[in-house]
Amino acid sequence: MSGERGWFGRLRERLSRTSRALGARLGALVRRRRVDDELLEELEEALILADMGVETATRLTERLRRERFGREVEERELRETLAGWITEILARVERPLTVDPTRRPHVILVVGVNGTGKTTTIGKLAHRFAAEGPRPVLAACDTFRAAAVEQLVAWGERVGAPVVTGRPGADAAGLAYEALQRARREGADVLLIDTAGRLHNKKALMDELAKIRRVLKKLDPEAPHDTLLVLDATTGQNAHAQVATFRELVEVTGLVVTKLDGTAKGGVVVALAERFGLPVHFVGVGEGVEDLRPFRAGAFARALLDLDAPAEAPAS
Amino acid sequence: MFEGLTQRLTGVLDRLRRRGALSERDVEEALREIRVALLEADVALPVVKDFVRDVRARAVGQEVLRSVTPAQMVVKIVHDRLVELLGGRNEDLRLGAPPAVVLMTGLQGSGKTTTTAKLARHLEKRARKRVLVASLDTRRPAAREQLATLARQAGVESLAIVPGEDALAIARRALERARRAGFDVLILDTAGRLHVDEELMAELAAVRDLVRPAETLLVADALTGQDAVQVARTFDERIGITGVVLTRLDGDARGGAALSVRAVTGRPIKFVGVGEKLEDLQPFHPERMASRILDMGDVVTLVERAAETLEKEEAERLARRMARGRFDLEDLRKQLDQVRRLGGMSGILAQLPGIARLRKQIDASRLDEKLIVRQCAIIDSMTPEERRHPEIIHASRKRRIAAGSGTTVQEVNRLLKQHREMQKMLKRVKKAGGLGKLLGAAGMPPGLPPGVRPH
Repeated sequence: MSGERGWFGRLRERLSRTSRALGARLGALVRRRRVDDELLEELEEALILADMGVETATRLTERLRRERFGREVEERELRETLAGWITEILARVERPLTVDPTRRPHVILVVGVNGTGKTTTIGKLAHRFAAEGPRPVLAACDTFRAAAVEQLVAWGERVGAPVVTGRPGADAAGLAYEALQRARREGADVLLIDTAGRLHNKKALMDELAKIRRVLKKLDPEAPHDTLLVLDATTGQNAHAQVATFRELVEVTGLVVTKLDGTAKGGVVVALAERFGLPVHFVGVGEGVEDLRPFRAGAFARALLDLDAPAEAPAS
Repeated sequence: MFEGLTQRLTGVLDRLRRRGALSERDVEEALREIRVALLEADVALPVVKDFVRDVRARAVGQEVLRSVTPAQMVVKIVHDRLVELLGGRNEDLRLGAPPAVVLMTGLQGSGKTTTTAKLARHLEKRARKRVLVASLDTRRPAAREQLATLARQAGVESLAIVPGEDALAIARRALERARRAGFDVLILDTAGRLHVDEELMAELAAVRDLVRPAETLLVADALTGQDAVQVARTFDERIGITGVVLTRLDGDARGGAALSVRAVTGRPIKFVGVGEKLEDLQPFHPERMASRILDMGDVVTLVERAAETLEKEEAERLARRMARGRFDLEDLRKQLDQVRRLGGMSGILAQLPGIARLRKQIDASRLDEKLIVRQCAIIDSMTPEERRHPEIIHASRKRRIAAGSGTTVQEVNRLLKQHREMQKMLKRVKKAGGLGKLLGAAGMPPGLPPGVRPH
């Protein structure tokens, strides 16, 4: 529990910068006020500012209208209510990423638009696995971006994981095949595959990802066992398009949300949960290797609304 | 680019356009939808609110609703406001005395390194500058190697990498090298940083004080959500930016950030990144961008404006004459004149992106402007009598007209034949009673004779 609290504290501290603005906004507008049109509109705006999207924001405020219209509310009560609702939405997607030790290796394909932090996420995941037990192997299948390979190699050295690399422009699928062979040979528990994120060239990307999956299946019909889509929290409603696009290309099994340590609110996660229901496995809350944390619905919702630690973990 | 926003906006505006008269409530409803469309495209909320307020003030005000074409007026207001929002006109880099330093800043993953290489290439190739690039990013693994690789691809020199140097030391060495070797421009790539990271922002400020950049560019990702405002504002306050490079405007970005950043910082967007290749960097043109965002809507506006330039009364008079089946060469002359004016428009239209469908229509209508000019000349060389009664034009008159207009007898014949066919067709149409339908067809302005096919 203490680990959990520590994690929460950290996320909250990070997110509090984030949500201070939102919190202040809510605070300013709610302090013992009647729930009326004006209040609801201001509230809807605050939620939109958190990147929750018009639809989700409207639905939440409409619910507030139905259930609270005309009543006198207090700031705290309103936030608690909202956090509760958001937690309900997010609880469905709070699912840990589990590595099946019998697979040897459990193959994880990591996809996403460039710049969202795929390579960094893989580095942090590798660190996490290595610390918990499963031995990772990394595959640098982003052969497109200059120095993507070097970046992954640097991570490999940092966490002590072997990295399978090829020449710039090398065939990504061939490399993935080679990596899976090597991971098997070395008896690794997890294989993490980095891919290029060329969203602007959908056809090329689609072909490349499809081919990677095809060759992996030659060795292991069930691979990849997980396909993680890495999303940048600063991304707004475009995250919808990213999820939709990548789901078209590959069977995305879960999300990782990075860069929650800025002022970005990451509220789009709520909208994504409603629309796609894809599990959210991890959130990135900082640059350190320890800063990739399991996603927690309650903590996320409460931190988003600038509330204290979750009720289930009361301060003692 | 901008597909989502474009579709939403055009949808709203098209619906508006289909109406004749507009009430204040129609406008309100359209504005509500525009608000949602902008927000879903990640345009910053304060910017959206200003935008909607301004458009409302201009649209609901005085003449607009009472004008002949209120919907068009509203579309025009939205377009104009978009252009304003995007910054009015293109602004180039202001480099000053060499070596001019360009400092690239931004969050992680916004595309700074790639943009640095693209910009270097652009300046070398387009502006004929000698450019040196250097990466001050000592944090991300292999960041400096990435820039070196990209610079090599771009055919631009990059500063040799000395392991263990800190950002300030690299900056100092880069500046020294640029001075000694007589480079025109030094572009410094920096580590991506969060605007809330005090330590790194202080480092960036120190670099700025050391190199005194001519330009400090914020590299911003077009996919950014509501946070774009916060980021841009903080970078501007802490470091003082002189311009913005917007990356990833290809992809399926709805590009809201493009609309927000300028409005929030007051700093111009100078370039946009539109692809993965090194040449995919373009100077930013607000007007073009606004047109792209409104896509068809804007093209339609242009066509409508063209229709407006055809004097309404004239068109109506012609329509009446045609409806009675009367249509002499005098009328044809006026028609041709209008077609020519439209033809001028077709040139403009053809240059706008995303109008493949319309372009086909334009091609199909075969508006050969030169031919129309010649036909006008032919008619101009006729006497008023001839224009009103073309049947009196025989061999010698034809020769005189051809000589007078610098054309040939064959061309005169062709024109006369065309006119006869048009008259025949008009009579048929009149019988069928379908003139109105024909006149309103396929975006053709009223009064354009159905038979105008110069080839």
